[in-house]
Amino acid sequence: MADEIVDIWVYLSATPLLWLAATFIVFQGAIWLNARLGSNPVLHPVLLAMAGLMLILLATGTDYDTYFEGAQFIHFMLGPATVALAIPLYDHRREIRALMMPLLVSGVVGASTAAISAVGVAWLLGADRLTLLSLAPKSVTSPIAMGVTEKLGGLPSLTAALVLITGSLGCILAPPLIRLLGIRDDKVKGFAMGLAAHGFGTAQAFGISATAGAFAGLGLSMAGVITALILPLLAGGI
Amino acid sequence: MHALPGISLILLCQLAGETFVQLLEIPIPGPVVGMLLMLAGLVWHGAVPQSLRLVADTLLRYLALLFVPAGVGLMVHFELIGRDWLAISLALLISTALAIAVTLLLLNLLLKRNTSRGGERDGG
Repeated sequence: MADEIVDIWVYLSATPLLWLAATFIVFQGAIWLNARLGSNPVLHPVLLAMAGLMLILLATGTDYDTYFEGAQFIHFMLGPATVALAIPLYDHRREIRALMMPLLVSGVVGASTAAISAVGVAWLLGADRLTLLSLAPKSVTSPIAMGVTEKLGGLPSLTAALVLITGSLGCILAPPLIRLLGIRDDKVKGFAMGLAAHGFGTAQAFGISATAGAFAGLGLSMAGVITALILPLLAGGI
Repeated sequence: MHALPGISLILLCQLAGETFVQLLEIPIPGPVVGMLLMLAGLVWHGAVPQSLRLVADTLLRYLALLFVPAGVGLMVHFELIGRDWLAISLALLISTALAIAVTLLLLNLLLKRNTSRGGERDGG
């Protein structure tokens, strides 16, 4: 009996099916757990799922390459998801056209601030070059950030984690900053949250108002495009 | 509902973006160029086809799941993170706070100026 189970395990662990299914099932479990913990942004389902899968891989002695054989089918969808970001951007075309210059200027300055200050602080503290390259696009939505890191020669998986932590931090930091700076315009609140904390910030902005949510989506898309266009050209300096 | 035309359109834009990037040898992710092509196409067409909206909504709703496989790859870099954890933590904290504050202040200022200028124009 035990031998048969070992045989089945040996067979299954060599097919993509096992780790593809595991990724879906663990993610499903992570969503359930996060909801039970009161939808806390610090314990985002993605962070929980990552931790859970890493524990399973370490416990079963499976290396990452074997895992990725199966998980690559999910990973591939990041490209199409990036293309799909054009749809919310198109939906907001009227607001964009009306407020083109203010949004563009704030977008470029905000996105540059995020990238330059992150790399600057880490550089001052003596971080590795690979860390610096992976830090640069961390404010941007994951599919774009990982694409940018890959182009820069950093570690896309490190960027994926940094992006998620940035999102959680943004949700914690935005409300006190908004109060401190006395910002009342929901358009401004939303745009800043989407720009600095991508999808996490956007989800939180929808909790403020629909306008804040729409502008957060706009901030997210603009930060993504601006960072993808500017960062690879600046990265020669790192 | 037909998801097929939507999937084809998205993959076509991604393929075109990837080709564009390879051809011109520019260091921008191919899918980002694909997104810009898709946006241009939508503006030209004047509406989002229903099938495309269906596929895009589904993809974006489950966006979080899509970065799990790469995120698990962190386990390969534990050593690097262990060495740089303080730099990484401080960099994330400071840069996120700065980015939010700068964007809040700048856009607030620009929008106020925009409305007051618009008001003057309306007024005379």
